[in-house]
Amino acid sequence: MMEYIDTHCHMVSRSTDDYEQMALSGCRAVTEPAFWAGFDRKSAAAFDDYFHHITTFEPTRAAEYGIQHYSWLCLNPKEGEDPVLTREVLDIIPNYLDCESVLGIGEIGLNRVTRAELDGFVSHVDLAMEYDQMILIHTPHLEDKFKGTKHITETLMTDSRVKRERVLIDHNEEHTLGMVLDAGFWAGITLYPKSKTSLARAVDMIERFGTDRICINSACDWGPSVPIAVPHLVMLMRKRGHSEETIRKLVYENPCSFLGQSPRFRLS
Amino acid sequence: MTIEPGKCPLTQKQLIDKFFMEARSQVLDVAAFLDRLDRSRGDEGAADDFRYQALMRSIACLSEDLSDGARVDRILMLLSDPRTDLLEERDQQQADGASEHATGDAL
Repeated sequence: MMEYIDTHCHMVSRSTDDYEQMALSGCRAVTEPAFWAGFDRKSAAAFDDYFHHITTFEPTRAAEYGIQHYSWLCLNPKEGEDPVLTREVLDIIPNYLDCESVLGIGEIGLNRVTRAELDGFVSHVDLAMEYDQMILIHTPHLEDKFKGTKHITETLMTDSRVKRERVLIDHNEEHTLGMVLDAGFWAGITLYPKSKTSLARAVDMIERFGTDRICINSACDWGPSVPIAVPHLVMLMRKRGHSEETIRKLVYENPCSFLGQSPRFRLS
Repeated sequence: MTIEPGKCPLTQKQLIDKFFMEARSQVLDVAAFLDRLDRSRGDEGAADDFRYQALMRSIACLSEDLSDGARVDRILMLLSDPRTDLLEERDQQQADGASEHATGDAL
C-alpha cells in the first residue's frame, strides 16, 4: 500500500465510511478548500458556520481514522458574483486564520470568468498577502478552463507580492498544465469520472510533463467523484510501468513539499 | 527510474495488450451515442446544438494526422470558449462542456 496525501477533498460532503476507505487505502492527510454548497448561501453567517465546521468538526472526524485534516478558507468563485457578500465573507476569514489546521486561502479563482469574479479573486489574493498565507486556486470548468486559467495566471504574474512557489493552481488539464508549470506555480490534477481528468489522462500528463511541482487529488465532493481516486491512480501508474519512487514522489512527497511551506502542516 | 518527459514507459505493443479493450469500449460508446441520437423520438435539435457540433468536430479530429501527438490538447481547445474577455456579468452558473461561441478553429 502506498501512503498518499489528497490535496483537495470536500469532506463535509462525504460520509465517515469514506474516511475509513481512504485510511485503509493509505491516506495520511487531506486538505479541504472552502467550496460551493450546491446552492448560493444567503448570508455571511452561513460561511461563518461553514468555516467553523471545516476547522473543528472535520479534523476531529478525520483523526478518528488517523487522517490529518487541513483546510483553506474563502468564498468560492461559484458564489463570486455578489460583491457585497464577498466583502462580508472576506471580513470573517481572518477570524479563522489562526486555527492550527488552516493552511491558507482557497479555493479561490474563477467560475464563468466574469468581472465580479475577478474582482473577488484579487481581493482574496490581497487578503492572502496581507496575512502571509499560501493560496489554493480553482480553475474554471470545461469550456471556461483555458480562458479562466489564462486570466488567473496573468493576474498573479503581474502581482510582485505573490510567491509562485506558495500557490497551487488546481484542476489542470492538458491545455492548461504547461501554462501553469511554465509560470512557476504548483499545479494540481483532479481525477473525476466524467469531467476534469480521467486516471489514464492524468498518467499521460505525468509522462508528458514529469512529476515536478504536480499534485494529484480526488476533489471528492457531493457530485460524481471518487474519494480513493488517488490510490486508483497509483494502481494504474504501476500498470503503466512507473516506478514506486516516481509514484511516491507524486502522491506523497510533492504534497509534503508544497504543503510543508506552511509551518502548520506537520505529519505526525 | 526517472520518467523521460514525453515518453510512456510501455511499448506500443504493451499498451495495446493492456489497454485496447478500454479504448474499444470507449469508441463503441461514442458510436452508440450517435446511433441513439439518430433513432431518438424527435430528430430536431442535434444538428443545430453547439454541443453536438463540438462533438462532431472533436470526432473528426481523431482521424487527423497529428504528428505532434496532441489530439487531446486540440480537442480541449475545440471544446473551449474562444473568447478571452471577461464577461460583464454571469450568464449562467454551470458550464456546458462546449462553447456556443466556438468556430471550429482551435486557439
